[in-house]
Amino acid sequence: MLEVKDLTARYGRAQILNGVSLRVGGNEVVALLGRNGAGKTTTMKCIMGLVHQKAGEITYDGVSILRKPSHMVCRMGIGYVPEERRIFGDLTVEENLEVGDRPARPDAPEWSREHLFELFPNLAERRRNLGKQLSGGEQQMLTIARTLMGNPKVVLLDEPSEGIAPVIVEQMARVIKELKAEGLSVLLSEQNLHFARAVADRACIIEKGTLRYEGGFADLDAHPEISQQYLAV
Amino acid sequence: MNVLEVRGLTKRFGGLVAVDDVSFDLGKGEFLALIGPNGAGKTTCFNMVNGYLRPDRGEVRLNGQDLIGVRPRKIVRMGVGRTFQITRTFLSMTVIENIQMALISHHRRMFDMLSRATRLYRDEAEALLRLVSMEDQAGRACSELAYGDLKRLELAVALAPDPTLLLMDEPTAGMAPSERVALMELTAKIVADRGVSVLFTEHDMDVVFAHAHRILVLNRGGLIAEGTGEEIRGNPLVQEVYLGGGTVFGESEADHA
Amino acid sequence: MGFYVAQLLTGLANASSLFLIACGLSIIFGVTRIVNFAHGSFYMVGAYLAYSIVALFPGSILGFWGGVIAAALIVGLLGLIVEMTILRRIYHAPELFQLVATFGVVLIIQDMTQAVWGAEDKLGPRAPGLDSALRIMGEPIPEYDLALILIGPAVLAGIWLVFHRTRWGVLVRAATQDREMVGALGVNQAWLFSAAFVLGAALAGLGGAIQIPREAVSLQMDLSVIGDAFVVVVIGGMGSVSGAFVAAVLISVLNAFAVLVFPQISIVLPFVVMAVVLIVRPYGLFGKEGSGHGAPTEPEQPLRLLSSRATLVLMALVFALAASPVMVSDFASILLVDVMVATLFAVSLHFMMGLGGMVSFGHAAYFGVGAYGAAMAVSYLGLSMIPAMIVGPLAAAAAALFFGWFCVRLSGVYLAMLTLAAAQILWGVTFQSQEFTGGDDGILGIWPASWASSDQAYFYVAFALCIGGIWFLRRVAHSPFGYGLRGIRDSDVRAEAIGMDVKFHQWMGFALAGTMAGVAGVVFVFSKGSVFPDVLGIAQSVDGLIMVLLGGIHALAGPILGAGVFVLIEDWVSRLDYWRFIFGMIILGVVLLAPDGVAGGVDRLLRALGLRREGQA
Repeated sequence: MLEVKDLTARYGRAQILNGVSLRVGGNEVVALLGRNGAGKTTTMKCIMGLVHQKAGEITYDGVSILRKPSHMVCRMGIGYVPEERRIFGDLTVEENLEVGDRPARPDAPEWSREHLFELFPNLAERRRNLGKQLSGGEQQMLTIARTLMGNPKVVLLDEPSEGIAPVIVEQMARVIKELKAEGLSVLLSEQNLHFARAVADRACIIEKGTLRYEGGFADLDAHPEISQQYLAV
Repeated sequence: MNVLEVRGLTKRFGGLVAVDDVSFDLGKGEFLALIGPNGAGKTTCFNMVNGYLRPDRGEVRLNGQDLIGVRPRKIVRMGVGRTFQITRTFLSMTVIENIQMALISHHRRMFDMLSRATRLYRDEAEALLRLVSMEDQAGRACSELAYGDLKRLELAVALAPDPTLLLMDEPTAGMAPSERVALMELTAKIVADRGVSVLFTEHDMDVVFAHAHRILVLNRGGLIAEGTGEEIRGNPLVQEVYLGGGTVFGESEADHA
Repeated sequence: MGFYVAQLLTGLANASSLFLIACGLSIIFGVTRIVNFAHGSFYMVGAYLAYSIVALFPGSILGFWGGVIAAALIVGLLGLIVEMTILRRIYHAPELFQLVATFGVVLIIQDMTQAVWGAEDKLGPRAPGLDSALRIMGEPIPEYDLALILIGPAVLAGIWLVFHRTRWGVLVRAATQDREMVGALGVNQAWLFSAAFVLGAALAGLGGAIQIPREAVSLQMDLSVIGDAFVVVVIGGMGSVSGAFVAAVLISVLNAFAVLVFPQISIVLPFVVMAVVLIVRPYGLFGKEGSGHGAPTEPEQPLRLLSSRATLVLMALVFALAASPVMVSDFASILLVDVMVATLFAVSLHFMMGLGGMVSFGHAAYFGVGAYGAAMAVSYLGLSMIPAMIVGPLAAAAAALFFGWFCVRLSGVYLAMLTLAAAQILWGVTFQSQEFTGGDDGILGIWPASWASSDQAYFYVAFALCIGGIWFLRRVAHSPFGYGLRGIRDSDVRAEAIGMDVKFHQWMGFALAGTMAGVAGVVFVFSKGSVFPDVLGIAQSVDGLIMVLLGGIHALAGPILGAGVFVLIEDWVSRLDYWRFIFGMIILGVVLLAPDGVAGGVDRLLRALGLRREGQA
């Protein structure tokens, strides 16, 4: 469904990715693991058309999206949840959702506001609050809900568990499972192996901008030296 | 005597405690790494040492002199050099001019309006370039350099005023793996030759374990471990922080339900 | 008491039109990050259109208000044309390009307006049904003023509804905060930008249209309103509509009362308020630190000394210039003095904005202070030419030190706005201090000393000062001080990390640039024999920007070529009909087709001919 081949990317002269290849199948949750600075965020931004200096190939449903502007990537069915959340702080929760709203597409589940408020009850209570008045966990919920308003088929989730309280991390895991149950594909970046194992079908580990491992969690657990080398200290 | 002494350093942003009661020492000629997951407080710690942030509490002393409330540029003049995670160089100048600028500033000739800047301190600048093996690139425009060379140039610029302490924020970020090893070997050699002390943050664990004399591990603003590479690798708390991101998934339900 | 209420109501009525134009400007800036100089032109065209349309339905209430609204809509359409043909191509260009391009539009619209409506002022009709005055607490208040007082808040409420109740409005507000994220959520920015521009232009047109019963419609409306509109936007916070409303009311009401105490304050007051607000709140009352402006530009090449061949060519040119009075007519010799004055002015502007990265919209201020300083030294202190030529630059230096101290505390577009404010303050003071500066009548009879009174002799005085000044600034550019300025522009973080005092260094750079502009002003005043307030005006400042842009900002030779080309083109074009139109087209051509300027082209040519050293790569 989403395929990245030999992706290289740079910011100015800093080389961030040195050949990342990965694949996300239909209705599959793939965890992109790596320590910070490994290139997880850059990989996602490349897919989303937010990094301009890049080479390699990115295809979605067989169509190249490497050079597509980000609004076209989104309209094709890829939703992006950035790490820094990038909530519109001066807009209310409902208005934030409005910005993300796109027409329904035949091949993906349609998300209504009410459905999302069921999934994120905290947001329902705060629907008239401004984005900047929400807590970190609520903002994380909002940024996911905002992306789902675009009725995507694939969701890129950048570090959903970072910097939020453990109880919200729990809720985040339930949300990811719900997305899978609805038939979506998810690429999530993580530093937390336990969290990734709990929600993902498969793991990709990148380090220093290069893919180091791709496979199931069972293999990863059978070879603890891999995660030791690339994720632990 | 310790070059740098940090005691009880604390910084809050709103309700969040970014750095919580951190204390450590840095000896002469020591290569000290500060590691930890995202948001652990490494950058905040760094910015309090170099004067960009004023701590809420705590002390920072350089060679016995108090650094709290001293302006960043004064701290530079007291002998603290720094390199940046994303290189910060004067892109419209040549390689050697970048170093000459640091020397001109060090010798307090920045307000000279009549000399030719390119003719000042040329020999000293060339010596510094030799130190980082870039003498053959002296006349190249900085904007044409490969990223690894920019990082080496930054190192030479930081060394220009002959500092006693070097602060390096992710020195190998954005570099190709082979270049990383070379840069850190070079840095380690300079540390040994010149007796400079280095405090650095880093994500590349190969770099950390290969070169750091000692490692500090920060998580959620607090110092959770300190020791040699062996000690840190063997520390279960550090393992949990790195593999579990600081929240023990699966146990949290019991804790917070 | 009644009198004060009447003043308050007049202030509020004035606030309405100011709010309409400023909020359009603010919306455009918030979404597109373009500082639109042509906004005043939209205001002016709105007034002219309303004048013509309303005249078709004399005495009809429906005709009047229908005409006002039709005028606003047509101006919106004009905005769409400007956006799609010009601005769309330069959204990623540095702010200087955008500013100069919109100034090109100002010139084009000025001449087109003149072609359609003629040069005479037009007096609009009174608004039917609102043509008498009401007595409030004994004071007569025009009914139309009361209508205006209602229109401002009504439009604010309308915009509020659009921004909060329509999807489009929500997208505009979101884009004002984070354009990239809006794109990543599937919104095509191109049409969002066009729509914001159309709305902004239509609001400016409306602002102009509702002024016709109160104010004569004239060709000066565009630039006279743009300064105040900038000020209101900056005080309110760039991109904030409610901020624009508060600021418009604040300025207009303060002004209505301040004129009672100091009748001459009205021109200066808005800028004083702006300076105070920016120092206390650097992003305005309701503004936030914006996401970065424009795109990173191509890195500049290191400065190189000229090769010996190029030095010889340059020396030959300077000698040819020195010998020119013997060879050419007096008329050409006077033109060459103009070229030298313009060149020193452009080089000094380039020094602060090209090398120092501090874009100034108001560099003419220091040129003008230099000119007035010398003129006043002659006419009041009775000094002769040489001492007056020393007083002028000293006055410019003092002004640059004073305003520069405030300006260097800001950066980017806010710094540029504050330089504009400083220039407008000085212009206002000059314009209104009739007893010292002669006001609009200027100061006349400032002629060179008798030994320098022939055109030839004065040519050499100008030659010595201007070529000397240019040589000095080039020398400084190659000195540690100049390198330091460039370093701060490249990376202020690195500059501080090597121990530089960034703000102090910039302050001194600002002051030096101002002083040298003052030298140019001094040479100017003795060559013309008189000085008028327009030497400090926006048009003069923009001329400097155009010269720098024409020459290309990345080369030391840029402003020299740019000024030469500018003066020659101006000398030729200004004799033609519709010279503004032609000049505006030339500006747009340069911005859209030759973004590295004339010097960029010449530089490539020199490299090709081997007259300039290649990089030693």
